[in-house]
Amino acid sequence: MPGTARQIIRPYGDRRDDGVVQLSFTFPVPLTEKAKEAAAQFVRRMGFSDVRIAAAEPAADNYTFFIIYARSGMYIDYSEIQVSELVARKLDFDELNRLVEEKFGRRVIVFGACTGTDTHTVGIDAILNMKGYAGDYGLERYPWFEVSNLGSQVPNAELIRRAMQKGADAILVSQVVTQRDVHKENTRQFIEAAKEAGIYGRTLLLLGGPRVDHRLALELGFDAGFGPGTKPSEVANFIVHSLLKKSGQEPKELHYQGEPQ
Amino acid sequence: MGGPFVDDAQLEYARRLAGETTGPVLELIRQHTTVSIERTVLRLFGIAGAGSRGVPLANLLVDRLHAAGVLNKGAAYWYGRALQMGAASPMEAVERLTSVPIEKLPALAPEEEAKLREDVRDEARAAVEDLRRRVRARDELRSELGMPEPPHKYVIVATGNIHDDVDQALAAAQGGADVIAVIRSTAQSLLDYVPNGATTEGYGGTYATQENFRIMREALDAESRKLGRYVQLTNYSSGLCMAEIAFCAAYERLDMLLNDAMYGILFRDINMRRTFIDQYFSRRVCALAGIIINTGEDNYITTADAYESAHTVIASQFINESFAKAAGLKDWQLGLGHSYEIDPQRPETLLLELSQAMLVRRCFPNAALKYMPPTKHKQTDIFFSHAYDVMADLVAVWTRQGIQLLGMMTEAMHTPLLADRYVALKAASYIHRAARGIDREFEVRDDGKISERARAVFREAIELLEECRRDGLIAAIGRGRFGDVKRAELAGKGLDGVLEKSPDYFNPLLELLEAN
Repeated sequence: MPGTARQIIRPYGDRRDDGVVQLSFTFPVPLTEKAKEAAAQFVRRMGFSDVRIAAAEPAADNYTFFIIYARSGMYIDYSEIQVSELVARKLDFDELNRLVEEKFGRRVIVFGACTGTDTHTVGIDAILNMKGYAGDYGLERYPWFEVSNLGSQVPNAELIRRAMQKGADAILVSQVVTQRDVHKENTRQFIEAAKEAGIYGRTLLLLGGPRVDHRLALELGFDAGFGPGTKPSEVANFIVHSLLKKSGQEPKELHYQGEPQ
Repeated sequence: MGGPFVDDAQLEYARRLAGETTGPVLELIRQHTTVSIERTVLRLFGIAGAGSRGVPLANLLVDRLHAAGVLNKGAAYWYGRALQMGAASPMEAVERLTSVPIEKLPALAPEEEAKLREDVRDEARAAVEDLRRRVRARDELRSELGMPEPPHKYVIVATGNIHDDVDQALAAAQGGADVIAVIRSTAQSLLDYVPNGATTEGYGGTYATQENFRIMREALDAESRKLGRYVQLTNYSSGLCMAEIAFCAAYERLDMLLNDAMYGILFRDINMRRTFIDQYFSRRVCALAGIIINTGEDNYITTADAYESAHTVIASQFINESFAKAAGLKDWQLGLGHSYEIDPQRPETLLLELSQAMLVRRCFPNAALKYMPPTKHKQTDIFFSHAYDVMADLVAVWTRQGIQLLGMMTEAMHTPLLADRYVALKAASYIHRAARGIDREFEVRDDGKISERARAVFREAIELLEECRRDGLIAAIGRGRFGDVKRAELAGKGLDGVLEKSPDYFNPLLELLEAN
């Protein structure tokens, strides 16, 4: 919070403020003394000191893999870091269902798919299927959610058409394959299609995938983005809070724990 | 080794159920052919290039025959007609057949007809002999250089550019990889043709083409000689071009192919009939070419829950085995797939995974077996992820897996960095070295958790096989019994490429493959 006392922090290795950082990378040269010196100089150039090459391994004839420990003199004033204030607590499975029942009196309708050429349904399945992910139930398990998971290789227009037929509240697009930014191209097409269909700005549009973050999703025109490690309950919380805000039942400024940032 | 868990009579019963399940499907297979199979026949006769707009010649000709309503006699027959009309080369045959109204060609006199078939058979025999020579050359290099003890460490490259793939494959081989898999470009399985030539642009992988196969195999041959051990190559005989890819792979001396009797149906929504018919022919090619198939049961437990659905893996392996044996494959060619996928938050998962892998080994004692790493519950904490993969390495060596796809610590983050492969190979080499023979040192107690779990999974697998036999495989798939995915017999992609054979259907390649 600005204005409060400075709070200087540095990385903690095994002593306060020792600034120890782990690095690992590969150089496309054979393992030699020269390669090790080059790695040490590279790390010094990045501003590190006390460079210790823990391992230099011949990953292949012409590639050397390094694990390096070094100290950084950089620090951060933690008091100056600004992120949105947490206001609401993240709601659990039962609380969230109760809230939907109370505020809407109907089930929240969610559609999801891997669109375009993407065939990897692991992400969308983890969020939507009964089973869920890491002990966190998927959205299908929520009695106050109605979920349709259309699977993989669904054309963008098809996902939108089917979601509109059912009056979906939210559409989840999962993109796993990111080679040559194919996910960005496909999701831009999705947003264009949503605009043409007239649901842009009305239906919640969510993007998820291992190379997705909230900022990228916002840039692409989505309402939120969910990256690796996202639990279904985080997506469920986002959907319910956003719908409450849209319908004026919750202040726009309200933030909650686990909100995508 | 893991306990017996189940007695031999129960295993025989499971095999009988699987045989009675695949029987009616094999009847359907015998009566039908597909556009992909007919294109494979044309490839055998050297019709392998592409036309002016990049359309493969085999597609050009088969589409023409299909449109004229005469493909059900077999593409080989029409190839023979072209020769009889004076075509002097495969290219001329294509030109002749695409420039005349085929359906209006007059019927031949019986003796002309017989001679045509004999001529084409002779040509097919010579082509198959050439194929055998290439396969023998591969086998000779393999036995000259030798391969290490299994589990064979299998890693993936996926740059999109075949030349970059070669660089990464050689680096992986130098780091200790025994098998290199080149991942295909996303959705190639849904293309109803095999792209032509070397390719440098792909999405999420590199196109499977005959030329790309050749480039990679030649690079690995040279590296194998340098390393003094044979490095195997695999690709994907799946999707709409199972049969053609199998032929291209056989010709270019590949060692393995991902090839599953049901994967395309379940996970790519390819029509059931199309997949069943194509898998048979592709496996016939693999049988001739000494190619090890890798089946895809591991996928079931990335969609369905690995604990709850463990029995579907076993049941499907029996079905895959039955289809494979019907296509002439031997036990050593069966890389039946399974994986280390039970949620690590559960207690005793090492016991559960050992139980499952031991049960698979018990059911298929002489099969190659293909073990897959954790993916579904992987975390982006790479240090945890690495420890998690190492447990799969231990189970793989303990249960004598033939082939082990190594987990990558950056699974769920990005395509593996070069160093990720190196780290995985180093750890797996250590675990395999450290624990080799552990199966002979420890007996699994018959009243313990591992045995009880194995027996329970096997019982459920038998129940599922009984359902498949009673109601048919098609009905079982329709109920979502495998991988929680439901498919219907007449739905999915590629049904329009399935044809009922005419009574005078002619396919000398199939004759030779079945006589093999």
